[in-house]
Amino acid sequence: MIDKRVGSLADIVADCPDLRDGATMLIGGFGDAGVPEKLIDTVRDLGLRDLTVVSNNAGSGDYGIAALLKAGCVSRMVCSFPRSAGSVVFEALYAAGKIELEIVPQGTLAERIRAGGAGIPAFYTATGYGTPLAAGKETREFEGRHYVMERAIRADVALIHARTADRWGNLTYPKTARNFNPIMAMAAATTLAEVRRFVDTVPPEEVVTPGIFVTRMVEVGER
Amino acid sequence: MNYQPLSAEDIARRVARDIPNGAYVNLGIGMPMLVADHPVPGREFVLHSENGLLGMGPAPAAGEEDQDLVNAGKQPVTILPGGSYFHHADSFAMIRGGHIDVSILGAYQVAANGDLANWALPGPKPPAVGGAMDLVAGARQVWVMLSTHVAKDGAHKLVARCDLPLTGLACVDRVYSDLAVIDITPHGFVVTDMVAGLSLEELQAKTGAPIQLADGCRPLRANRAA
Repeated sequence: MIDKRVGSLADIVADCPDLRDGATMLIGGFGDAGVPEKLIDTVRDLGLRDLTVVSNNAGSGDYGIAALLKAGCVSRMVCSFPRSAGSVVFEALYAAGKIELEIVPQGTLAERIRAGGAGIPAFYTATGYGTPLAAGKETREFEGRHYVMERAIRADVALIHARTADRWGNLTYPKTARNFNPIMAMAAATTLAEVRRFVDTVPPEEVVTPGIFVTRMVEVGER
Repeated sequence: MNYQPLSAEDIARRVARDIPNGAYVNLGIGMPMLVADHPVPGREFVLHSENGLLGMGPAPAAGEEDQDLVNAGKQPVTILPGGSYFHHADSFAMIRGGHIDVSILGAYQVAANGDLANWALPGPKPPAVGGAMDLVAGARQVWVMLSTHVAKDGAHKLVARCDLPLTGLACVDRVYSDLAVIDITPHGFVVTDMVAGLSLEELQAKTGAPIQLADGCRPLRANRAA
């Protein structure tokens, strides 16, 4: 019988070879919405080093991604908007030269992840053409318009947050907390999901992420 | 000064008048959000928020905030009847695929050829771009709102050539400032509306590239819809 549910946060990270030093990790969320905070805390406690984290933002306050950064687990961030009102931990590391930053336009970041999950190694987009973020990248003209080649992102692990799940790993998401979570679920060798509530079955027409993309899940309760 | 510059609310009201019925519109963080407060009777437009929301409604009442329902500025919002949620790749397919009719943004500089600089200033802070480059590359129309026609230090915002890092090339269609509405045309800046009492010479002095007056240029007046 397929059952991707595990009983605890400790179980979800146990015997997971993709969680290792130097791993690339996709982390869902936009601002505070849809961030898998309990999974992030659990991964932080593993004491991993030299992680590359791909996420829209670089955390705020001292929780979530900011806590992972503060613990010294991350050597490289890939994001569209690392700066926000409370992004003090990231900004301090950046100012001290202790973290590398790759800045990516938000839609290009989303499509690079989607492409990674869809088996497409690269694609062309008009986004960023002629700007500093296209410097050094291959360009090509299609029907009179210029495009930049962008490469797919694939990761070792994705950490995502969902609303409901059944034992097969079919997922739904809460409102705009969906954001990057479904595409990140598709683009990693191991996808770990924290889920607010397990249900017997997610009605097939309501499934947003089909279970094929999910490795393991843990129930974390309502926020 | 024998003219009155428009307030941010006046500019937002003027912008809202130009949005056609049925349009799908993305409003940038900050001043462009004011456009949502000035609906035109008899017209409906649908607000897109790039974090994954169509049919964005106003801010919720105090105590009704839902941390799962936010806009691109991470502020709590509501969803209107007919709205929908979707993931980021779909949201930016709407943008990049030309499905968004109008993108309204702020700017540091706009050049006479439509080049835009609105994401990076010199300094030690880490850069942050968000969805601006996707919006200006993909939306069918790109409009810029400027709270003031010139910067506080007197520097021009409308320039012959941007010297700040670019967001996009030749992407801006129109600029709404506190003094004028200006179309970007193959011939450069063309003034279609100007505050009452301001002369073309005065406006030219505040603009870093040649401006022309459109046939039938209309007066802008503060604190009214016209």
